[in-house]
Amino acid sequence: MEDLVNITIGTAGATALLGYAVVFFALVLLMSVLYILGAVMKAKAKKQAVSVGDIEAPRVMEAVPLEIKAMAPGSAGELKLYDTDPRTAAMLMAIVADEMHAPLNELRFLSIREIKEDKD
Amino acid sequence: MDILGVLQKLGMESGFAQFFIAEGWKNLVMIIISFVLLYLGIVKKFEPLLLCGIAFGCLLSNLSYFVGMSENALYHPELWAQFLDESSPYYHSYGHIMSHAGLLDFFYIGVKAGIYPSLIFMGVGAMTDFGPLIANPKSLLLGAAAQLGVFVAFFGAVLLGFTGPQAASIGIIGGADGPTAIFLTTKLAPELLGPIAIAAYSYMALIPLIQPPIMKLMTTEKMRKVKMVQSREVSKTEKILFPCVVATFVILLLPSTAPLIGCLMLGNLFRESGVTDRLSDTSQNALMNIVTIFLATSVGATMIAQNFLSLDTIKIIILGLVAFAISTAGGLLGGLVMYKTSGGQINPLIGSAGVSAVPMAARVSQDVGRRYNKNNYLLMHAMGPNVAGVIGSAVAAGFLLAVFGG
Repeated sequence: MEDLVNITIGTAGATALLGYAVVFFALVLLMSVLYILGAVMKAKAKKQAVSVGDIEAPRVMEAVPLEIKAMAPGSAGELKLYDTDPRTAAMLMAIVADEMHAPLNELRFLSIREIKEDKD
Repeated sequence: MDILGVLQKLGMESGFAQFFIAEGWKNLVMIIISFVLLYLGIVKKFEPLLLCGIAFGCLLSNLSYFVGMSENALYHPELWAQFLDESSPYYHSYGHIMSHAGLLDFFYIGVKAGIYPSLIFMGVGAMTDFGPLIANPKSLLLGAAAQLGVFVAFFGAVLLGFTGPQAASIGIIGGADGPTAIFLTTKLAPELLGPIAIAAYSYMALIPLIQPPIMKLMTTEKMRKVKMVQSREVSKTEKILFPCVVATFVILLLPSTAPLIGCLMLGNLFRESGVTDRLSDTSQNALMNIVTIFLATSVGATMIAQNFLSLDTIKIIILGLVAFAISTAGGLLGGLVMYKTSGGQINPLIGSAGVSAVPMAARVSQDVGRRYNKNNYLLMHAMGPNVAGVIGSAVAAGFLLAVFGG
């Protein structure tokens, strides 16, 4: 076996190239696995969404209002709040506008949701 | 009682007297170096959690160990030399070490056995959200590209006369990952552990200074202003499966990565499973802090004057900087390729975050990006390559260990 302690420049160059290639190979392999995993998860989520949609279809039909509400001039529509009170939402929108240096009326917020972490 | 004789004996045996005997002055230089490192850690805040411990370990070992007078030493380099010498009767004998050890020798057993770096990786895994990487697996390519500096520095080290295992240990500084560098160096070139650890942690602290000039040099203003679209949401199931999948594939491919990747992914599983919050909390806080104390002081202890004060140390410091710079350039090159192939959708600045150093490198991408477009938020996009860099550097270390580990 070649002496890898007192390594020659040629062997060092070959080792460096091989090493870089191995790192790429390992991470490309991992990337492929993650893409497959992601595709499986997306397909599963889509399937679940379709089956839930089928069951709830009649109820949804009932809930749709017959007349569409007219939006106030300049309004971007309704903001949906999930587990967030209006006061906190207003503060968050003001902070975002300030951070982005953009007037609040030029931003459109679709929903604000409080992210909760499970605790033991 | 001969009071004068006792006083004379105490004087001759004191550390002060040792400074004037043989190479005792070298200890004095190392003591000054340890104070400089303490200054950098405390005042300049260069990776203080590690650097303070390393500097104080260095101080303690150089205060207590002098050539020819080591009975009260906290760290005994000659014991570890025997431990590594195949012709010695004490080759790989932990029993011999333990029966003669000082306090820092006991601490160092955890480094030598590869325990501390692996436990640190467990904590890193418990602290890391791999969501951005799972949402955009292409980030792994940037994590791979940014290992360029590892192999260029390895080649450079061979050119400068280092042996293969030493060059491999020096090269891994380019991975910008302290525990990985310590893990590999302990296995391949323990005599270089002190300078390599110092170089790795110092340059990690200097990332905000090292990377931006290279980023500006390699990208145009138009590229730096690119806003990236928001990544998809990652489900909890994917996050739980991720550590199992990565551990399985990477360890099967390169078994020598098992201690690092295994612990990294175990820590991440604690975090994501949702049923082991207490273990996750312990891994990322209490355990991490305890191990950091042992790791830093014992690594510092290896900075014995006779080993550290040499031309090799200067070469390692220079090669480390080269490794960091080239790794950054490698990541940016990957980013530029992605920018071109995506039709300008990907900001190449996220490539530099491929050099491990979580989350410092990702923050640098964010800061540089925002300098050119105040509404640009690259942080989450840069976290993908950043955590990919952790895996990439562990794979690079695994490869070098497989080749040079014997």
